[in-house]
Amino acid sequence: MRVFRILGRSFTNAFKSLIRNFSLTMASIICTIITLVLVSIGLLLSYNVKDITENIEKELTIVIFMEKDTKKEDVQKTREDLEKIDNVENIIYRSKEDIKNEFKNDEKWASIVNTLSETDNPFQDSFELVIKDVRDINETVTTIKNMEHIEMVKYGESSVNELVSIFDGIKIGTIVLVGGLVLVTVVLITNTIKITIFSRKREIDIMRLVGTSNTVIRLPYLIEGALIGILGSILPILFTIFGYTMLYEKFTGLTVSNIIGVIKLASPDGIVYNASLFLLLLGTVVGMFASGLAVRKHLTV
Amino acid sequence: MEFIELKDVYKVYKNGVTALASINLKIKKKDFVFIIGNTASGKSTLIKLLYREEKPTKGSVSVGGINVAKLRNSRIYKLRRKIGIVFQDYKLLPKLTVYENVAYPLESYGLSGAEIRPKVLAALEQVGLSHKTRSFPSELSGGEQQRVCIARAIANSPKLLLCDEPTGNLDPKTSKEIMDVIEKINKELGTTVVMATHDKDIVNRMKKRVIVIKDGLLDGDYLKGSYKVDESV
Repeated sequence: MRVFRILGRSFTNAFKSLIRNFSLTMASIICTIITLVLVSIGLLLSYNVKDITENIEKELTIVIFMEKDTKKEDVQKTREDLEKIDNVENIIYRSKEDIKNEFKNDEKWASIVNTLSETDNPFQDSFELVIKDVRDINETVTTIKNMEHIEMVKYGESSVNELVSIFDGIKIGTIVLVGGLVLVTVVLITNTIKITIFSRKREIDIMRLVGTSNTVIRLPYLIEGALIGILGSILPILFTIFGYTMLYEKFTGLTVSNIIGVIKLASPDGIVYNASLFLLLLGTVVGMFASGLAVRKHLTV
Repeated sequence: MEFIELKDVYKVYKNGVTALASINLKIKKKDFVFIIGNTASGKSTLIKLLYREEKPTKGSVSVGGINVAKLRNSRIYKLRRKIGIVFQDYKLLPKLTVYENVAYPLESYGLSGAEIRPKVLAALEQVGLSHKTRSFPSELSGGEQQRVCIARAIANSPKLLLCDEPTGNLDPKTSKEIMDVIEKINKELGTTVVMATHDKDIVNRMKKRVIVIKDGLLDGDYLKGSYKVDESV
């Protein structure tokens, strides 16, 4: 009973002082809003970078050309061996007959290909491999090169490695950016709330003098901090959900994607809700943390 | 065992100032004791040691069986719930009404509204402020604010009432009224009263035990009525 009474009174007092200290409350909330919007932008940016790099990585394939006179059984055996490689996600086999037919059906090439006799086939059996992890591409290629009847393995060699390291750099960059923004948020909100509470030092002193326990003094302030965080995260969340959805809808119509199909905004479905939840939690936790920290200073003799 | 006992107490502040030195003191239950001395003599420090706003640098301070010197910061509230404190500057919460100010400590202890109400009303009755429950501190005179402070101090029926210059900001007539209230509490409720003051008129008139502090040292301990104003402070 006692605990619930104290909790109830803490909630009442927290709401009361939010309203009584209106201007300082507003200052804290506005500070929270601004920093959380920045965090939101950082988050969405990092989501998109991750999405784009992953898409590009998925497009990277290894193409294997078999020696011209490889027998069908050997091709089949090679296929089985390829399937055994851990890093291989998917295998597409294209026989030289298929390729010949494809060219026959292509207007540009038809006349040339038609000059060839039925048995004459200059093409090679080939495999296209989609791999799981681009970082291990070199080892995978080495394994394949050591297999029999393989004439050539193509995968864009050095450019792949470069791309991978660039992508890793960008990803780390965006994570650092978001981390930095979160840190800025913590510092800014903590300081604003500290000022809010400093103005009530006298109040805290009196509470201590009349025998209020530290926990009971702290409670309403923690609740107040959490409320400031929650109130401050509403606008950033709306901004994230509606702003990003709007941006996404505007951009998907554009034809930039014709040039490089993989560079497009990530679908807002899961992203905006994840980001919103993160903003809400960040605001609430930082608000409470800041309040707790600020009160703590006044609770020691 | 004595109700309050100080054994060989020293208090040296961080800036090197020695506020109290080698203080030995015993105070019985239901006593009314004045602590007098000039400004900066150390009498406020002595009072602060009793409610653990300050820690002694050396020696032991015991109040109602609690070793105050060894009390942890997070446990101070247990001591303060047994003590009523009256301050020179009243220390009221400006945004709460008279009733709320007196009720606040009890609320924070987790008492129910039904338990709090009679205590608050009785305390306000005791100080003669029953008609001002809904006023805010800013609407009261200095004397009335001090009465609210006293009401808040006695609402939880403490065994000890500590007063740090309670009349320091009041005119002689109001001071007398406040002293009458405090004396009534001492007599009717049996609350031990320890009061720091430099108001010689009050000390002289009331004829209580008087402890004189001079430059941080115990300069005299006069039994009831034996202290006279010409033994200048």
